[in-house]
Amino acid sequence: METMIQIKDVTKTFVGKDNAVEALKGINLEIHRGEIYGIIGMSGAGKSTLVRCLNFLERPSSGTVLVEGKDLSTLRDSELRKMRTRIAMIFQHFNLLMQRTVIDNVCFPMEIIKMPKKDALERARELLDIVGLSEKEKAYPAQLSGGQKQRVAIARALATNPQILLCDEATSALDPTTTKAILALLKEINEKYGITIVIITHEMTVVQEICTHVAIIDEGNLAETGTVGEVFQRPRSRAAKKLVFQGEREQYEEMKGKRCIRIVFTSNSSFEPVIANMVLTCKAPVNILLADTRDIGGVAHGQMILQLPEDNVAAEKMIQYLRDRKLEVEELNNYVG
Amino acid sequence: MWDNQTIMMIVEGTGVTLYMTLFSTLIAYALGLPMGITLVVTAPGGLKPNRVIYKILDVVVNIVRSIPFLILLMLIIPFTRFIVGKSYGAAATVVPLSIAAAPFVARLVESSLLEVDHGVVEAAQSMGAGLWTIIWKVLLAEARTSLIVGATISLGTILGYSAMAGVVGGGGLGDIAIRYGYYRYQADIMIITVVLLVLLVQVLQMIGTRLSKKLDKRITG
Repeated sequence: METMIQIKDVTKTFVGKDNAVEALKGINLEIHRGEIYGIIGMSGAGKSTLVRCLNFLERPSSGTVLVEGKDLSTLRDSELRKMRTRIAMIFQHFNLLMQRTVIDNVCFPMEIIKMPKKDALERARELLDIVGLSEKEKAYPAQLSGGQKQRVAIARALATNPQILLCDEATSALDPTTTKAILALLKEINEKYGITIVIITHEMTVVQEICTHVAIIDEGNLAETGTVGEVFQRPRSRAAKKLVFQGEREQYEEMKGKRCIRIVFTSNSSFEPVIANMVLTCKAPVNILLADTRDIGGVAHGQMILQLPEDNVAAEKMIQYLRDRKLEVEELNNYVG
Repeated sequence: MWDNQTIMMIVEGTGVTLYMTLFSTLIAYALGLPMGITLVVTAPGGLKPNRVIYKILDVVVNIVRSIPFLILLMLIIPFTRFIVGKSYGAAATVVPLSIAAAPFVARLVESSLLEVDHGVVEAAQSMGAGLWTIIWKVLLAEARTSLIVGATISLGTILGYSAMAGVVGGGGLGDIAIRYGYYRYQADIMIITVVLLVLLVQVLQMIGTRLSKKLDKRITG
């Protein structure tokens, strides 16, 4: 597949008055056409800096960023601005022009490329139709909800027919329902227009919802990359594990000292009543702490966290039982604390 | 109470005061607006940071602002003579008024533009907007309400300064207040000029506030 974005050994150091902060410590990443690439990390991990390096809102301290094969650092100012019309961006706080109507906001990038007003208006109406806000064209941003504002921002971002859409925490200011709707819209745009999407987020659910690939960034380093399915099933790095089990930590803390395991089911393993059979075979109870199913790229992945009996023999037997059934079993003890 | 001549004088004085105020504000903005924009653009972390230009402008603005208006007025009499040919009268007052107000305007413009959300500027940059587009269509357009409020404050301040220029025969209501009210102890003339000055400021303030409210689209409804 054609490479859209290539990041090679990118570092970024912010030099302050008496200290220097290394936000990125040598990142290598490749993003292909049509992918929805999630870049996930805790806040302060450097992900926002990384995405700003992709359109040179931040210039890397070293390393190269190639977009569609062009090294951004070699471009002159005017060439870079032209390039940016192909790399659109949406933001956490929408960043709409508050003194302009919705339709004039969508027209703004077309004013920048000096498109005739009439054509721009026509295109803007088309775009507002795509994002489902046709009836709001005369409204001002202050009159819209967060989700509507982000829809306007998406319409604005698409105005110049970009090849790449960068989303910087685009759903972080939205409630879960609105988040789902915005993500669905992004997915639709990706499928319909083949636009490569890069999504910066700190929420694993966002990645699971729409991303095809994911990169986990931790303290300025790339901890792990892969398809979402791979990383979700077999998180290798500490940062990845932390993110995959996001939101489930409180429960572990209560059961300190006991053995817990996490099991991942793929679609073909869900026919057999595994847990029930296991309990019957081992003759000891288990405590189901968490069970859910998530749709990752169209494949159902279930995960379950079990608290094992205190009797170590029974616990070992259970783990063996599950492994025999070709399930992913992982001890969570080290994660606690 | 007053003869026609006095009334005519006061009416004319009001007109002269308005002329000085509006004309000086206009020139002060012609000078101060670009200065304010330059301060924002060249500031550290601005769109085109430039230490030298920023520092020079910053210091010049501070110096001029810290000179009391009456002193500045006398200090630049040679310059005023050179520009308008004489050092007294309404036209001659416009010169020091504009020069004194320009740095004040620059600071007001600077603070208005700094209020514009940096994220919006970043969004414009991400769309490939150049410096002028950002200044014109993002900074000035988004800050327009705040800029109008600033202009209203400037008008009021410059009106007050223009009355001060009466001390050196500057013309207008301040001049009348000093010559008749102060030197000739005509308290009634003093009072009427003060009332007129207060009214003028009120009217200007009201127009400014209304205009800025009307143009502000950030408020719902």
